[in-house]
Amino acid sequence: MSSEQAAPLLRIEDLHVSVGERDILRGVDLTIEEGETHVLLGPNGGGKSTLLNTIVGIPGYRVTQGRIVFKGVDLAGLEIDERARLGIGIAFQRPPAVRGVRLRQMLEVAARSELTPDTVADLDETLSLGHMLDRDVNMGFSGGEAKRSEMAQLLAQMPDLALFDEPESGVDLDNIAVVGGAMNSLLKGEERISERRRAGLIITHTGHILEFVNADVGHVLYNGRLACKGNPLDLIEEISSHGYDKCVECALCQTFA
Amino acid sequence: MSDVRLSPGAEARLTEIRAAAEAAVDKPAALGPDIDITRFRTVSEADTIASLDSLERQVKETVLLSGFTADETERSASYFQMDRTPIYERVQKAFDDAIEIMSTEEALKLYGEEMLEKYWWRAVDPGKDKYTAIVALHQTEGYFIRIKAGRKVEKPIQACLFVSESDVSQNVHNVIIVEDGAEANVITGCNIHTDVKEGLHAGISEFYVGRGAKLTFTMVHNWAEDFSVRPRTGIVVEEDGVYINNYVLLKPVKSIQAFPVAKLVGDRSTAVFNSIVYGLKDSVIDLGSETQLIGEGTRSEAVARTVSMDRSTVYSRGRLIGRTNTCKAHLDCRGIVQSAESTQWAIPDLASEGAPGAELSHEAAISPIAAEEIYYLMTRGLPKDEAVSMITRGFVSIDIPGLPDVLRKQIDKAIEETSKEAM
Ligand SMILES: Nc1ncnc2c1ncn2[C@@H]1O[C@H](COP(=O)(O)OP(=O)(O)O)[C@@H](O)[C@H]1O
Ligand SMILES: [Mg+2]
Repeated sequence: MSSEQAAPLLRIEDLHVSVGERDILRGVDLTIEEGETHVLLGPNGGGKSTLLNTIVGIPGYRVTQGRIVFKGVDLAGLEIDERARLGIGIAFQRPPAVRGVRLRQMLEVAARSELTPDTVADLDETLSLGHMLDRDVNMGFSGGEAKRSEMAQLLAQMPDLALFDEPESGVDLDNIAVVGGAMNSLLKGEERISERRRAGLIITHTGHILEFVNADVGHVLYNGRLACKGNPLDLIEEISSHGYDKCVECALCQTFA
Repeated sequence: MSDVRLSPGAEARLTEIRAAAEAAVDKPAALGPDIDITRFRTVSEADTIASLDSLERQVKETVLLSGFTADETERSASYFQMDRTPIYERVQKAFDDAIEIMSTEEALKLYGEEMLEKYWWRAVDPGKDKYTAIVALHQTEGYFIRIKAGRKVEKPIQACLFVSESDVSQNVHNVIIVEDGAEANVITGCNIHTDVKEGLHAGISEFYVGRGAKLTFTMVHNWAEDFSVRPRTGIVVEEDGVYINNYVLLKPVKSIQAFPVAKLVGDRSTAVFNSIVYGLKDSVIDLGSETQLIGEGTRSEAVARTVSMDRSTVYSRGRLIGRTNTCKAHLDCRGIVQSAESTQWAIPDLASEGAPGAELSHEAAISPIAAEEIYYLMTRGLPKDEAVSMITRGFVSIDIPGLPDVLRKQIDKAIEETSKEAM
């Protein structure tokens, strides 16, 4: 490695975020390099989705301290769409239904008018979109359909940093495999490891998705901060046997507290 | 009409119509702002044309926005009225024996007795208000379209009523007859020349849908900021007949007030009203429909989508009257108000008259586009204004089952044009 290291893809420094009157995040530090896949664990209501929503720039998630730097650009003041065009993409846990806007149109938007019939056919094949393509997006979609639709949109967008909010929640095993396969191809592509560039941040409760996607690092969001970091599978194992309270104290992790 | 010899009965009917109209000349309409109609003179004569191609370029472009095309290969028949003159009437060869198209004054000359007995002021009351009165007393033509029994005409029939001068009133009376088992798609555009400022269009339309017949009537209105519009429409549907009304208003208007009434007299007959309304600038828009469910097993649905901007006021009404135990009908009106200076009313109205079994329901909502939907589109890289426009277009592009492709494209195109202008 050269001594003059390139700036990381994403650098979050001492991030404090409030929603309404409540302080949800209280000093999150996180660095994601190109090509890395990170996992975000933590108790319900701990602020995992808040972190993702703050990165994409959803209004209402107020940064009160600290900063988020993506590709060397401070994201403060950038609109959601500007961040998206800079290379940040997200698969929502529960995306909203939009009456009158079809999934096909969402794919066109995400692909920035570079959507070829071949790409649509490929997405249809990998994610079995079928009749969903011409339905109003998320309108009456089943759990699995909504996740596949989110993945299709991310694959059309091909962001440099993909954020996944509980990609396996409310989804049966068959669909997890399909969604996981899509995540894998987005994050790892066909490229050789040395050339991997796209990065991911995955929120998961169960860790099932990690049977399909290789993650490099896991973090536990606890009390508004990333309390510890370690091998994602080890962390999940530890949490499932001892709970979050014990996990953040355990020796497996490199703690920051 | 003076040169037509009529039976005493028909003459008596004409006298009756005239008397009813005369009694109503000063009668304001129940709804909508009142208009001083004495300010307007009636529209003038115009020269007839040999082909639609010879229409002025600007006229052609204007009418195209309401679905009227000079290229007749996509149409089965055409009627074009300029001011008070039917300047062009033609049925395409292939449909020669299926469709009749002419002005209503010509139809009265040809079929006076039949018209007066069955179709002339039978679905609309000439004494309803001063707008029906002005048409009854000072009519300036209008179209007559008849589709012969059993003939299913897929290619649309097009009719255009055009006003080219200011300070006039165009008082048309239209009749469409779809005989038993026949089917037709009629696209009508009402347009005015880009130079026209003030004026009035009073239009009576009487539609008769026979047994097992089907009429899809699509109207795209294209008026201007100082123009007033008062259509009065009555529809009668016989056994197993289907009436589908698609209405689109995407341009400013001074005021428009219309409340077509469909009478489902035949058993198992159906009426569907779909409307897409944009309130722009200072427009005062008061639109709705009434369906009377009279025959056994009658059905009706009314779907309205309203977007209001600027300083517009929009009333979106819908009335269902159930008069039989086996009827079923639903209203669905949704609106988005996009300006703090705009007002919208959604007024659904249901009545069951001596019909305890009637199933009538409605959904009415006025609400903004949900912020989370806008954010959702933005996360895919779409700027906020484009996201709002895309969602708005989605909101108004209601799925109209059975809408012929040409009409769908026409409406999409009109919506597209409007949202481009609104940007
Ligand atoms: N849009 C919002 N409005 C109000 N409260 C919110 C909103 N988003 C998150 N919160 C609150 O912030 C806290 C963290 O929630 P969240 O980030 O969804 O947690 P997690 O994803 O870890 O389960 C919760 O108490 C939740 O109620
Ligand atoms: Mg969450």
